[in-house]
Amino acid sequence: MNIVGWFTDPANWSGSGGIPVQIGYHLLYSAIALLAALVIAVPLGILIGSTGRGEAVVAGFANALRALPSLGLLVLLFLIISPVVAGKLVYILPTVVVLVLLAVPPILTGTYAGIQSADPHAVDAARGMGFTRSQILMRVQLPCALPLMVSGVRSSTLQIVSTATIAAYLGLQGLGRFILDGRATASFSEMAGGAILVALLAIVLEFTFAWIGRLIVSPGLRRTAIKSTSPLETSVTTVTLEKSP
Amino acid sequence: MKKRSILSIVAATAVLALSACGGGGGDPLSGGGSDKGSAGSQIIIGSADFTESQLVASIYSQALQAKGVSVKEQFNIGSREVYLQALKDGSIDLVPEYSGALLSYLDPKSTAATKDAVTAELKSKLPAGIAMLTPSAAEDKDVLAVTQATADKYKLKTISDLTLVAGELVLGGPAEWKTRQQGVVGLRDVYGLHFKDFVSLDAGGTLTMTALTNGQIQAGDLFSTDPGLKANHLVALEDNKNLFAAENVVPLIKAGKQNDTVTKTLDAVSAKLTTDDLISMNAEAATGANLSDIAKKWLARAGISGQ
Repeated sequence: MNIVGWFTDPANWSGSGGIPVQIGYHLLYSAIALLAALVIAVPLGILIGSTGRGEAVVAGFANALRALPSLGLLVLLFLIISPVVAGKLVYILPTVVVLVLLAVPPILTGTYAGIQSADPHAVDAARGMGFTRSQILMRVQLPCALPLMVSGVRSSTLQIVSTATIAAYLGLQGLGRFILDGRATASFSEMAGGAILVALLAIVLEFTFAWIGRLIVSPGLRRTAIKSTSPLETSVTTVTLEKSP
Repeated sequence: MKKRSILSIVAATAVLALSACGGGGGDPLSGGGSDKGSAGSQIIIGSADFTESQLVASIYSQALQAKGVSVKEQFNIGSREVYLQALKDGSIDLVPEYSGALLSYLDPKSTAATKDAVTAELKSKLPAGIAMLTPSAAEDKDVLAVTQATADKYKLKTISDLTLVAGELVLGGPAEWKTRQQGVVGLRDVYGLHFKDFVSLDAGGTLTMTALTNGQIQAGDLFSTDPGLKANHLVALEDNKNLFAAENVVPLIKAGKQNDTVTKTLDAVSAKLTTDDLISMNAEAATGANLSDIAKKWLARAGISGQ
């Protein structure tokens, strides 16, 4: 087994099946799945968080779906949609659905938990200033929920990126190709190379999201600020309100 | 240390999982008790871990029993790597094999493809102490299949007929086909076929079958004994340039266990067994019928059992 040799072989870095192309496909599938998960989970999380209803049912259901074995679900979905869906979509759709099911619960939980845990003083203050309900949501609750939402998105992204390897099982591209093709041809350095690339990609994305989180979360909400004593808390909240657009 | 204990847990779990797959056969490699292997004239029959291999092993077993040979069944052992080792070390004495696949396992560089060439080369490559009997005409080989509609549309009978139209067709097969001589490479080099695209699916399994029947792929790698070929009205294109190696069913036996009765009985089975028999028995097994009953019925039809 020569993993270093696999990484340094220029042939593995070029062409339509090369490492850069496969990373690109891997990121593409992951991005599609993440966007779809955001579109589903964020509005649903806001609804649950602001109304306080449906938490047990919706979140429980989403979490239960997450327990379905991805590979089994992938094949099952393929068999179901194969007679009705034409072209490449028949491979892409099951893959994305499987990834979205994994990604929705962390974002959903992060969103509604974030909204519910928004500082009640800040919400009261906003109401006292005459904010409407949607203004409170957009300008107070959501910004306050951002740290938890970002951490939900981070954990979803990790799940998606590591699971997107199964796209290769349905003949698609991505880093899973190295793992499956390596197994099929008993090339264990290729398999290991693919696995290492997935891990590296996950780490890079983890850092990227940590950085994004720092950019978009109000400095007043960082943990160090929240830990402060209660007289300061009011001023922190004021800072948040002033900073919001 | 901690690493080692984790490893041993993983290994123990794998062993448990494997033996759980044994279908009540117990530990397939523990046969024969302390002396490891069969005593005296008893023959331990093994099989690979898929239905067809167990069916054929079951036929061997019942045919030998009918001739008064003492046998023990150790079916469902695993992949070729595992059961060949068991055959070498005497844990089993007899196992049904496929000539082409066994040859390419023993000699990955072999290019023999026809039945006779494969048989001759296989004989010379067998490990010491292991003998093969006469191969049957029944074979389970890779076929390139298209739907009846595709065959009609392009007037396809042989793989060569694809030459002009391959560019419009998507090919599906297992991932290893991409780089394998008996796959995309051979189809290109031997037949001059350049398909529009190749999709890695599975080795003659549900994915390939589903994608083929629903039109996501137009040509697919399936196995000649797959009952789905007939059920789904698929056409197996004739391999007119012998790209895919012959895969005749052949009994592999421990040299010391071979005697006249055993040889004659197994030769009689091989002489009667056909690819169509395998197809219909696979179809029956897919409905959940008992494998040993299916084997019994075949022996009765073939007039071998004498029961």
